[in-house]
Amino acid sequence: MKIGVLVSEGPYTHEAVDSAYNFVTAAIAAGHEVPRVFFYHDGVNVATRLSVPPQDERNIQENWTRLAKEHGVDLVVCIAAAQRRGLLDKNEAERQGKDADNIAEGFRISGLGQLIEMGIQTDRLVTFGD
Amino acid sequence: MSDVKKFLYVNRKAPYGTIYALESLEVVLIGAAFEQDVSLAFLDDGVFQLTKSQETDGIGVKNFSPTFRALGDYDVTKLYVERESLEERGLSEDDLQEIMYEDEDDDWAEKPSIRVISRAEMADVMADQDVILSF
Repeated sequence: MKIGVLVSEGPYTHEAVDSAYNFVTAAIAAGHEVPRVFFYHDGVNVATRLSVPPQDERNIQENWTRLAKEHGVDLVVCIAAAQRRGLLDKNEAERQGKDADNIAEGFRISGLGQLIEMGIQTDRLVTFGD
Repeated sequence: MSDVKKFLYVNRKAPYGTIYALESLEVVLIGAAFEQDVSLAFLDDGVFQLTKSQETDGIGVKNFSPTFRALGDYDVTKLYVERESLEERGLSEDDLQEIMYEDEDDDWAEKPSIRVISRAEMADVMADQDVILSF
């Protein structure tokens, strides 16, 4: 089955991001296809490469980056939600005249249309939020 | 057309206090370009999103409630509001904005987009969908 995933809560504050990660890992292991995960609301904060959690805690961003690399999952961060919260890739930082960018490897910033498209193209859309 | 799906946006939270309502509406507006069969549901505190005479100057955020009246122009014409949620909050349909659309299949007659339905009917609406996005 083709499954799309929407993550709509932020990392470390809320378990939704972890549940989504565990779900995607389990779904792929069970032979399902997860072509894309879409990050919205505070979920976009997963994509910053500047988070430095304590060493004995899970690193949520690194886990997702590894997942993207190993299984080709398209990790999409909503551009409107990201800009509000200070998440910028190189192009956006240049366009907005900001002095830094912070998107981690494996993530890409794009529009809400990617969420709708995921809903159209998958058999199920599963939301992890509040 | 087989690639038209039924999308339902479920709005459960108050319009202000958190960003969910505003960012939900942003998805609806972008999603309208994909020409899917779109409905919106308002339940729990989400029914406050449609109340009239919203005044947000005191909290320093934008009053986005007028945008709901533009949804008809985006072919978003089904706004289901749960009656029990209204009643539990001391609200009635009279407290909601008037939101109209022009029905192209009926000589562009003006019709109300808001449909107040029971909790049981809301369950039927949800069961009928292909994709549900909950905010």
